[in-house]
Amino acid sequence: MAQDRKPVRWHVGVFLAPAVIVYTAIMIVPLFATLDLSLYEVRDKVAAFVGLGNFAKLFGDPNWSGQFWNALWNNTWFFVVNMAVQNPIGIGLAALLSSNRLRFAAAYRTAIFVPTILSFVIVGFVWKLILSPLWGIAPDLLKSVGLRHWFAPWLGDPHTALTTIALISVWQFIGIPMMLIYAALLSIPEEVIEAAEMDGITGMSQFWRIKLPLILPSIGIISILTFVGNFNAFDLIYVAQGALAGPDFSTDILGTFLYRTFFGFQLQLGDPNMGATIATVMFAIILVGVCVYLFGIQRRLRRYQF
Amino acid sequence: MKTTFSLALAGMLLSTTAALADTTITIESWRNDDLTVWQQKIIPAFEKEHPDIKVKFVPSAPTEYNAALNSKLDAGTAGDLITCRPFDASLALFKKGQLADLSDMKIMSNFSDVAKAAWQTDDAKHTFCVPMASVIHGFIYNKDAFKDVGIDAAPKTVDEFYADLDKIKKDGSYTPLDMGTHDQWEAATMGYENIGPTYWDGEKGRKAVIAGTEKLTDPQFVEPFKQLVKWTDYMGDGYKAQTYPDSQNLFTLGRAAIYPAGSWEISVFEKQADFKMGAFPPPVQKAGDQCYISDQPDHALGLNAASKHKDAAMTFLKWVGSQEFAQIYGNALPGFFPLTKEKVTIKDPLANEFLSWRQSCKPTMRYTYQILSRGTPNLENALWAASANVMNKTETPEQAAEELQKGLASWYEPQQK
Repeated sequence: MAQDRKPVRWHVGVFLAPAVIVYTAIMIVPLFATLDLSLYEVRDKVAAFVGLGNFAKLFGDPNWSGQFWNALWNNTWFFVVNMAVQNPIGIGLAALLSSNRLRFAAAYRTAIFVPTILSFVIVGFVWKLILSPLWGIAPDLLKSVGLRHWFAPWLGDPHTALTTIALISVWQFIGIPMMLIYAALLSIPEEVIEAAEMDGITGMSQFWRIKLPLILPSIGIISILTFVGNFNAFDLIYVAQGALAGPDFSTDILGTFLYRTFFGFQLQLGDPNMGATIATVMFAIILVGVCVYLFGIQRRLRRYQF
Repeated sequence: MKTTFSLALAGMLLSTTAALADTTITIESWRNDDLTVWQQKIIPAFEKEHPDIKVKFVPSAPTEYNAALNSKLDAGTAGDLITCRPFDASLALFKKGQLADLSDMKIMSNFSDVAKAAWQTDDAKHTFCVPMASVIHGFIYNKDAFKDVGIDAAPKTVDEFYADLDKIKKDGSYTPLDMGTHDQWEAATMGYENIGPTYWDGEKGRKAVIAGTEKLTDPQFVEPFKQLVKWTDYMGDGYKAQTYPDSQNLFTLGRAAIYPAGSWEISVFEKQADFKMGAFPPPVQKAGDQCYISDQPDHALGLNAASKHKDAAMTFLKWVGSQEFAQIYGNALPGFFPLTKEKVTIKDPLANEFLSWRQSCKPTMRYTYQILSRGTPNLENALWAASANVMNKTETPEQAAEELQKGLASWYEPQQK
């Protein structure tokens, strides 16, 4: 019977087309072009296919692998600091903001969120000035509380530079977890809270036992956003420490390593093929990280329906 | 018949002048400090003679210039005229066919072979940029500070140099030596490659490294690192986080005594400092020793092979090679010394002081620039890191030298023996 045959649903394709075309043109094609670029090497002006040769060079040639592992390790530390400092403080701030007893909550919320919308260039420049041993206010502030000897040229010391930069990044982005968690906390229905209060769970234990489990999915999302953001990071370090990510490459992360390799720096000439190789490895790292989260963690999170 | 022909001719002429009047050529450069000088002095001087050509000067940040330029050239969006870095960066562009061959330009005879060497193929057969200027390294000092502390003359030997620094340190009102290691390159460029030629005998040492007969671990290449370690005793508190602009400001505010410098600082400093400044070349080891200066070919101007306004661009290039340009340029930007053979008088006294060393000292250039920075790891970048590490005391001079040598030998055959 003709009625049973479903008509071809042209409209589905028509409605999908704009997004698919735009996404393909500006995301998928460049992504595969990058993967493709990493399989070639320029010899005498001609691109020659070398298979995984560039990857062998990146991991096998000590000149490359030394820099790569250094950048990866620094990147991991950058991520660890961000995870360990930014997210707990963000959750704490959100919990404080959502408290009914807090006055001027809107003012605090705005003030804490503002750095997030500032440009990296401004953040890097301002913090460089604040921490400058010559004209910064950090040494004077410490002096006024009698702790001048605590001050060190943090951005210039290979042991402290990366952590300092990571903390600047935390300062800048603390608003994001705060806002997300704040929204999640507000969406918890009053009935649940009231029920808890009837059972005598109030104050801190209410936060730990009732609210925290309910906002866990949001924390998961924030973690994955932090992970992706940190492993793609570049701007702040480039602005504050330059493309050589000094001192002594101690703040060199995958993004700055990629930039130097791809575009070149000072007398070092750019090498798009090796650059694409590093970009591919970065892509793989982020892909693996996201998959681990999606399949390993998110599926096991319990969700509550209200 | 005749009138129609001449009318047509007149029409053609008109249309060509109209077309020329529209010609705008752009110059790619990393000299963003000089933007106003170009806009107010150099371009008007050219446009006065050639009203049909408009010139635009579009500089970018120095450290980003090469990367930005390479991508612009690859994408076909670069300007008509390209400011050329010395040696390999520009040579690579020429080999890729992105810079035009300018060997046949008549004005090339205005330049000595040494001046052209930085923008030629290794066999000196092809020249691809018109030399513009070189920079000379040395030390700029605050004359008022020296007077305050009781130093009569600029130091000539290394011992005098440290004796003066001790005096300034004891006095306590000035930072004796004004340099930071945060941006790394000052440690290499204004530190190591500034004083180094005194130890490795200038050109002799530089050529020996290229030939592979001397190694970077030889004492003459380690000693400058040891000197840099000594410098740190006289540098400001927190020099590890002191950036290049910090150092410049510290000096022009009159809070520092000696500034390890390149002559390009002159125009910037003279605008800002309200005290008298003097300059001295890198001190020699013993009184009476030959002194050496780093007289670095710094920039030249080349033609983008893909330029759509080649005629107008060539007119500008011809002008850049003239004595007239050298005279304007050398005086508009004191501290950038014209490379032309013709006579150019520099009016600025501080710039003249630098220039006078060309007579008394043997000139050489930064040894990392020619050939030695072609491979991976890049010797120039490695030297930045090594010099900064030595001054931050995270590496000993010997370790730093060892690492540089290892890196160079990993790809440069003459050094593998």
